[in-house]
Formats: sequence, structure tokens, C-alpha cells
Amino acid sequence: MSDDKVEELAQLERTWARPTGWRYWSDVNNSTVGLWYIATAFAFMLFAGALALIIRLQLAVPENNLVSAETYNQVFTLHGTVMMFLFAVPIFEAVAILILPAMLGARDLPFPRLSAFGFWCFLIGGVFVSSSIFFGQAPDAGWFMYPPLSTEQSGIGADVWLLGLTFIEVASIAAAVELIVGVLKCRAPGMHINLTPLYGWYVLIVGAMILFAFPPLIAGDLLFELERLLDWPFFDVTRGGDPILWQHLFWIFGHPEVYIIFLPAIALLAMIVPTFAQRPIAGYSWIVLSALGTGFLSFGLWVHHMFTTGLPSISLGFFSAASEAVAIPTGIQIFAFIATVMLGTVIRSVPMLYCLGALAIFIVGGLTGVMVAVAPFDFQAHDTYVIVAHLHYVLIGGMLFPVMAGVQYYYPFAMGKTLSRNLGIWSFWLMFFGFNVAFLPMHLTGLLGMPRRVFTYGADMGWSWLNLVSTIGAFVFAAGFLVFAWDCVRPKRQQPYVKRNVWNAGTLEWASPVPAPSYGMRSVPTIGSRYPLWDDKDLLPTLDEGRGLLADAREGKRETLVTSVLDARPIQVLRVGAPTWLPMIAAVGLGALFIFSTYKLWWPTAAGGVVFLVAVLRWLWTGAAVIPEKETKDAGGGLELPLYVSGVRSTGWWAMFITMTGDLTAFLSLIFGYFFFWTVHPEFPPIGIDGPGWVWPMVSAAFALGAWGATVAARELNAADRVPLARLALVGGLVSAVLSGAALVAGPVTTGLDPTTNSYPAIVWALVVWIVLHLATGMLMQGYCLARSIYGKMTPRYDADIRNVALYWHFMGFSALLTSLVIGGFPLLA
Amino acid sequence: MVLPAVGASLLLAGCTFEQSALHPAGRDAQELSGLTWFMFAGAVVVWAIVMGVTVYAVLGRKRRRTERFADLFILGGGVAFPTVGLAILLVYGLSLLPNWTSAQAPGLRVHVQAEQYWWRFAYELPDGSRVETANELHLPNDVTAEFVLTSTDVIHSFWIPALGGKMDLIPGRTNLLRLTPTKAGTYRGVCAEFCGPSHTFMAFPVVVHDADGYASWLAAEQAPATSGSELFAASGCAACHTIRGVAETGKVGPDLTHFGRRSTIGAATLVNTRENLLAWLADPQRIKPGAAMPGFASLPETDRAAIADYLMGLK
Repeated sequence: MSDDKVEELAQLERTWARPTGWRYWSDVNNSTVGLWYIATAFAFMLFAGALALIIRLQLAVPENNLVSAETYNQVFTLHGTVMMFLFAVPIFEAVAILILPAMLGARDLPFPRLSAFGFWCFLIGGVFVSSSIFFGQAPDAGWFMYPPLSTEQSGIGADVWLLGLTFIEVASIAAAVELIVGVLKCRAPGMHINLTPLYGWYVLIVGAMILFAFPPLIAGDLLFELERLLDWPFFDVTRGGDPILWQHLFWIFGHPEVYIIFLPAIALLAMIVPTFAQRPIAGYSWIVLSALGTGFLSFGLWVHHMFTTGLPSISLGFFSAASEAVAIPTGIQIFAFIATVMLGTVIRSVPMLYCLGALAIFIVGGLTGVMVAVAPFDFQAHDTYVIVAHLHYVLIGGMLFPVMAGVQYYYPFAMGKTLSRNLGIWSFWLMFFGFNVAFLPMHLTGLLGMPRRVFTYGADMGWSWLNLVSTIGAFVFAAGFLVFAWDCVRPKRQQPYVKRNVWNAGTLEWASPVPAPSYGMRSVPTIGSRYPLWDDKDLLPTLDEGRGLLADAREGKRETLVTSVLDARPIQVLRVGAPTWLPMIAAVGLGALFIFSTYKLWWPTAAGGVVFLVAVLRWLWTGAAVIPEKETKDAGGGLELPLYVSGVRSTGWWAMFITMTGDLTAFLSLIFGYFFFWTVHPEFPPIGIDGPGWVWPMVSAAFALGAWGATVAARELNAADRVPLARLALVGGLVSAVLSGAALVAGPVTTGLDPTTNSYPAIVWALVVWIVLHLATGMLMQGYCLARSIYGKMTPRYDADIRNVALYWHFMGFSALLTSLVIGGFPLLA
Repeated sequence: MVLPAVGASLLLAGCTFEQSALHPAGRDAQELSGLTWFMFAGAVVVWAIVMGVTVYAVLGRKRRRTERFADLFILGGGVAFPTVGLAILLVYGLSLLPNWTSAQAPGLRVHVQAEQYWWRFAYELPDGSRVETANELHLPNDVTAEFVLTSTDVIHSFWIPALGGKMDLIPGRTNLLRLTPTKAGTYRGVCAEFCGPSHTFMAFPVVVHDADGYASWLAAEQAPATSGSELFAASGCAACHTIRGVAETGKVGPDLTHFGRRSTIGAATLVNTRENLLAWLADPQRIKPGAAMPGFASLPETDRAAIADYLMGLK
């Protein structure tokens, strides 16, 4: 190796070195954070699994009194909540953060600090929600928290659920933004969108689904907490509310969530199956299209969770048919995997065993899903153990087994060692057998009339034997999982490292040497096929000799390539964040805000908010859109790439766009709430309640448009090198935003609209509060740009800040305008 | 599914299956149990086919196959196969959706109000007046009964598996459900939507009579109580409970006019025996957590015994 190649390697190692000692926890690199994330998600899974065993022990024999009804209700609520929100969804994010960059040929994801922030939010929020049961303060109204039971009769547990999970949803959305931008902008050069590994496609689709599915729940949470905290009656029928509104918002989230859990797990199968069939996946395009189709359809099925709420037959028929339709794209994906196996040679391995087990279990869940989607059958099956059986078959077969296949498959990638084949086979058969013994009988238990969520049952009901069998199966299942967990954590110091690309896979993540260095690949290759390790024999030598792109870290900065969305042309060398405590501090601040507000300790809440704000501002000020010391950098092979881009070509712009799409979805969910009340009430707005009038909302809209226009003008003036005028426009925008907020509040205040009297004033006020909070955020951003300009951190050439803020204001202006039209204009029409 | 069902039935000989959807005694339940067995059989076949193909793909002899074969296989298995299967299922399944608008008027209307954790039943008579009772449903055989479902506190769900599907009772809304029993006998209804600590203890016996039996039951139920009790009023019972003809102001708790004729206490929580009733009067919270009724352990034991005897005598 020549001297400069040795020097390059040393630069890479120095720059990407993992912090040591206690500073280890300040790391933000995806390979570290991904591991923390996975370990934490599995820890929560073990905790929720222990809760499940308490449930099974209580139900083992009739008329048991191992736990009281109150404890039992907390146990099953927390079991469902933790499994769904702290394991099933986060494990997707965790695995993706770990493996995606290597798979795409990137050194890191575009926003490593955001990943770290998301992880710390997840950890703090998860511990908060889980530990509530040790103080008898866990939520106790079931994981979907139907009001009025949860709003009017639950204790602090309901607030723990709402605030704890809202906090964790922030982490989910952060991860979604990170992963979407990662797939779109950080693929290796030449990796056209149709050469992207299927896993990347699934991540993209699921990330987008998170953006549209979680916000309705966040909006629902907001209404819910406003009712519990301030007595705004969104779900209280005595004051014009309606508990069904929650069910809609919850299931518009809840049904896509099933696919948010299922698709990434299927994505792992899509990586594993070709490797062990030793050939490319069959029907790549079919799989991508059907994954997209599943994503779309999943948003049109939520009502099948509400078949027994008294809907008209036409709705029942429509949602039955729509629910059945989703079986078709799912079938295509499964048959594509089978076809791949048929066309290839099969290598028998533990990951493949788990894949087969996943299929055998998942198909049962899919078929019972087809059954419960038929509304008349659901009239019998709904809220019984048939559903308990169905959902566990779907989730264990569609999520847990594929994820375990993934762990078996990717363990050598992450750790450089393999898991034990014997232990893997043992844990598989224990789990497969135990699971079926536990859950297959539940179909019968349910049809024999056992409702779900009963803490005991009579000996004469005919369910005793079935329940005992289920309990035995559950413990065998748990034993199998413990074997797996032991295999993962047992010391492996004596065990030699595996050889490079141990499974002879075709995708890029297996190109890294063993053990994997923290900078990932020695240099970034150019890709020309879906399975470059199989198709391009020169790839590894090119990589290893540093003949690819970005082979150095001459300036001592962590760098990764940004490419164009469709054809992956290199467009920028992006400098990504180095280890810092700021994400952790920001997460602690935000956690304090949520946790102390649960207990209504307002001073610590405010302190948490301030810590969060200061940490985030400092993080942005020092780490985002930093002006580089030179215009371009030689990325290797004579390719000069800019170090700083702004606007639509930059990762920051995309992150803002994606975040605001999610934010807009939450806002539109509130608008949905407004019109939902209109549809359920013959008179809406109710007679005798004056709305906010139309004058003040229109004044507010005018000022919002003014602030919007001023921000866009500031962007253009700045770009045209007229910096003083741009600053003036920002000041004008700030003033206009203040006036817009004041005018919006003035409407309901002047007409004396009291949000506690009726759902109408409550939803008007909810919209006003939403817009005012967003205006405040917008003002913060305008002020931030002003400061950046004054301190020389934003110039006509380096203007990413104002471009991203202007993008925020496009969404802000639209939301403010729509709100004014709805609260001011709609009562004139109605 | 048939084998385990048979196996389980053998194990469970002696159980009555009063709350089973697989032991139908009503028109809807009959149709739905047919649909259930049809779908389970279909599911077993589909599962066996898909897994058979998969195992063959893994273990079978390898032949040279083309990408075109793969495409046809994916479209055949993933599109054609489920489309046909689901179309058949939807046509069959959705034909069982209730079609009440064009159906005839029901033979009987019962107003059901769910409360934590019991059932208020009111039988609508031809003249529009209502006969109030609680926690035990009596129905005439072969007559379509319409249930008018409401709730005053939280969401509950009204489910008699042996007669048909369930329907939620939601505050602020009125839902309708029609059921037609086809076999006289005793069944069990239950609350299916989780409604709080004693969700488990919110059930009710359902007695399906022949026409004469139902008429005489209704006539007896309609009649006021024949005897009064000073202790009942003096101990505070009447503040919540109505006994028609004796004390008619208490509306909070279940109507007790013919309590002695009912087979259970506390919405099918306990069998209606004297010992159980004494235990209930002393401490209902211990038996049914979250029940609204206060305990009367402070009353002299003799008073409790006298009240129990009085209630048991309300035939």
C-alpha cells in the first residue's frame, strides 16, 4: 500500500473513531446507536413478555385470584402498549438505522444526531411508561384507550399513556425522517432507484406510512389530553362530544400501524431469501408495487376495527371488501419469495428456518384476518379470543419471527461472530411449538364465547382446559425466546471472527471487513446492479484499495456522499455530525417536559422545555448548515463535489419537507375532527353558541399571509445579495406573525367562546392553539435566520437556513389560512 | 379445526356451552356458525396448499425454471388465487349482513341500557308502555326481537353468542340489533367491550321460552310485587332500587321487583342462593370490584338475613 493510502486510512480511523470511556454514550454513529436501539427494544420486549406470562398464569385455571382485576387491567394494557409502541415499531427503526447505511453504501445516515436524539427519547419515554406499573399507575383501559372509560374514569395511568407515548412518537417520526432522507439521498453513486435493495424500498414506504399514520394519533392525543387536563369535552357526549371520534383517529393510525410493523419485517425476508437461494429475488418490481399497494390500502381499512359500533351496511360492505383486497398485494410478496426459492438452490440455515416458521405462522394470521374482515363473522369474533389469536399470529409470524431471522442473519454483520446453530435450532422449535400450543386453541376459546380482557372465568364455561393448554404453550414459547436471548448475549471471546461476507450474500452491506470498522467501507463504490457483490468481481478490490469515492478524511470531518433522488448522481459531500452530548441533553429536556407535565408539576415542566430549546438551538447553531472552509472537495477520481448545497438538492430541505408533511397530517386530523362534529350533530355550530366571528379570523389570515410573504421575500432578497433588506423582511415577518396570532386568539376571546362548554368551542380553540404554537415556532425560525445572517453564518451563497424556513412557512401559511377559513368562514355557510 | 373441536368437546363433556357461538340457538348464530366452519375449512385448505408449495420449493428436486415461470407463478398465486377466493368469500359473507330496513317490523322490542356493570332491560308493550327488569333476558322462541341499545357511562357491547353477533352500546348513540332465537333453552349473554374493573362480571342469563311460556313470564313480570318490607326502605335499599308496587323512587340500581325469580345476583356474578345473597349484601365490592352498590356489613346480621329472605321471596 502506498504511503498516502496508509495516511488516508489513518485519517478515516481517526475521524470516525468511536468515543471511549464514559464518552461512549455521546456517540451518534449509526452503527453504535443502532445497536443501543435494538438492545433497548428487545429489553422492552422481554418486559412485556413477562407481563404476558402474568396474564397466562392468571388465566391458567378458572376463578383464579393470582392478581386482582385492577392489576390485571394494567398488565394487559401495558403488555399491548409496550409490545406495540416500544418493541414492534422501534425495532424497525433500530434495525434500519443499523444496517441501512452499509446497504446503501453510505458512511452514515444524513442526520446521525437526530438518530441519537430519537434513541434517547425512546429510552427515556419507554422507561417512564414501563415503570408506571411498579407504582400501580399504569394505564388500565386497554391499549387503544377508548373514551369515556379512559378519559373520565382512568387515573394518572391515562396521562402516562398519552404523554409517554406522544413523546415516543416524536422519536418514531424523527427516525422516519432520517430513514426516508437516507434512502432518497444517500445511496451509492449509480444505485438508481430501481437498483435499490428491496429493504430500502420497504424503509421508504414504511417511513412515509409513519408520516401519515402517527400524526392522526398525535392529534387524537392532543384532544384527549386537553379533555383530561382542561376539561375540553371532545369525547363527552353530555357536552356535544363523541367517543367515536377517538376510535376513528386511533384506528386511522392503528391499522396502518400493523403494516408499519409487518412490512419492514417482510423486508428482512426479502434480503435473506435471495442470499440462501443464491440468486436474485424473483419479481422485484412486483414486490415494490405490492408493498406500495399494501401501504396505500392500509389507510382505507381502519373501520374494520369498528364493525360493531353500529355502522350502516354499506360501510360494512365497503370496508369488508377493502380489507380483503389487502390480501392480494400481501400474497404477491409471499409468492415472490416462494418463487425465488423455487428458482434457486436452497442452503439450509437457521435464518431460513425462521423464515419458513414465519411464513407458516403468518399465513394462519392472514387467513384469520380474511375471516374477521367479513363483517358478519366479525360480529361474533370481535372482542373475543379469536381476535387475540388472530393478532398474535399476524404479529409473531409477520414481525417477531422475521425479525429473529434478521437477527440470526445480520448478527455476523453487526458483531463479526455467528450465533450458535444448535441453539438457534433449539430456540426455533421451542418457540414455534410453544407459540402454536398457546395460540391455536384460542381460536376455539373465542368461538366458545370467551371475551378478551376478562381477568377470570367460571369453571362451567368450558374454557378451562383450553386456557391451561395456552398457558403451558406460552411458557414453552418464553423458554425458546430465552434460549435465543442467551445465544445473543453469551460471551463469545473465544469464538473466532467470521470470514468476510459469511453467507455469500450479494448486497453491499456484506462488503465490510470483519470486524466492521466504524467508518464503514474503505471507499464508496459505484454500483451497477442489484447484487453488486455477485455481479461485480472487481468491487471488493476497488473498495479495499481505496479506489472508490471519498476514500479519505483529509479535513478530519465525517463525510458521506449525497446523491440525486432517482439516478443517484453524486451531488454533494455532506458533513455529518460527530459525537456530542447535545442530542441526549435535548432528549432529557423534552422528556422532563412530558414526564413532569404528566404529574402537573409546571415549574419543572417549563425548565425541561427551556433545556430542550437551548440544546436544540445550540445543536443547530453549531452543527447544521455550517459554512465550509472551501467550496468543493475532491471526492476521488477527479470528481469535485460541493460541500454545501441548499434548497431542494440538500438533505435538510428534504427533512423539513418530510417533517412538515407529517405535521400537516396532524393538523388535517384536527380539521377532520371539526367536520366530524359537523356530521354527527344536526346543528353545527350549535344554536346559541357564537363562533369566533369572521372578522378576526380574516384579519389573522391576512397577517399570516403577510408573514409568509415576508419570509419568502427574505429568501429572495438574501439570494439577490440584498442582505439588509432581507433582514428587514424577516423583522416584518416576525411582527406580522405576532399580529396574526393575536388576531386569531382575539376571535374566540371577543365572542366569549368557552371551550369547556361544548365540543364546538373546544375544537375551535384546539385549532387556534395549534396555529398559535406553530406561529411561535415559525417566529423562532425567522429570528434564528436573522441571527444567523447577523453573525455571518448565513450569507447569500450559504442560505440553507432561510430556504428551509421558507419551506416551513409554506406549510404554516397554508395551515393558518385554512384554519381561518374553517373557524371564521364555515359557520357562515352552515 | 374440526378435530381439535371434537377433541375439546370430549375433554369438556359436562360443560353447557351457554355462551358459545359454535352451539347456535338462533338464526344469525346458525348462519354464522355455518360461515365459520366454511371459512375454517377453506383456511385449512389454503394454508396446506401454500405451505405445501413452500416446502416443495425448499426440499423438492430442482429443475431449470425461467423468470417467466416466476412471473406467472407470482401472478397466479398472488393475484388470481386470492382474487377468486376472496370474491367467493365476500359474496357469501356479505349476504349475511343484516338488512333490517326492508325487513318486517320486529315481533318484540327490548330497550337495553348498559351501565357499569349491569343491564337494564325494558320490554316495550304493544301500547308503548314498558316493563322494567334487569340482568336477565327472556325471549319468545321464533320471534324476531329488536334490541334498542344505549349506554349512560362508558362503551359496552351486547353479545349473546348462541343467538348471533354483538353490537356496541355507546354513550350518546342508539344502536339497533335484531336476533331471532330458534331453540328454547337457557343461554348466556355478556359484555364484550372492556368497560372497567368488573367487565368480567357483566353478563346475563338468556331464557328462550315457547310462546306460552313467554306470555306467562311477561305477565308475571308485569305484575307489581305482592309484599313490602320496612327494612328494605329503612336500610336505604329503596334509595337505589325500585320494587314496583312497594318502592318506586330508586332508579340508580337494578329493578328488583321479581328478584326471587332470577337465577343470578349482580349481573350473573353469583348464583342466586341465600348464602350468596348474604355475602353480596355484606360486601359487594369484594365480589365485584368497582360495583356501585355499597356494602351493608354495618347492618345487624339479622336485618341482612331478613332483607335476603324478603328479596328471595319476590317471585
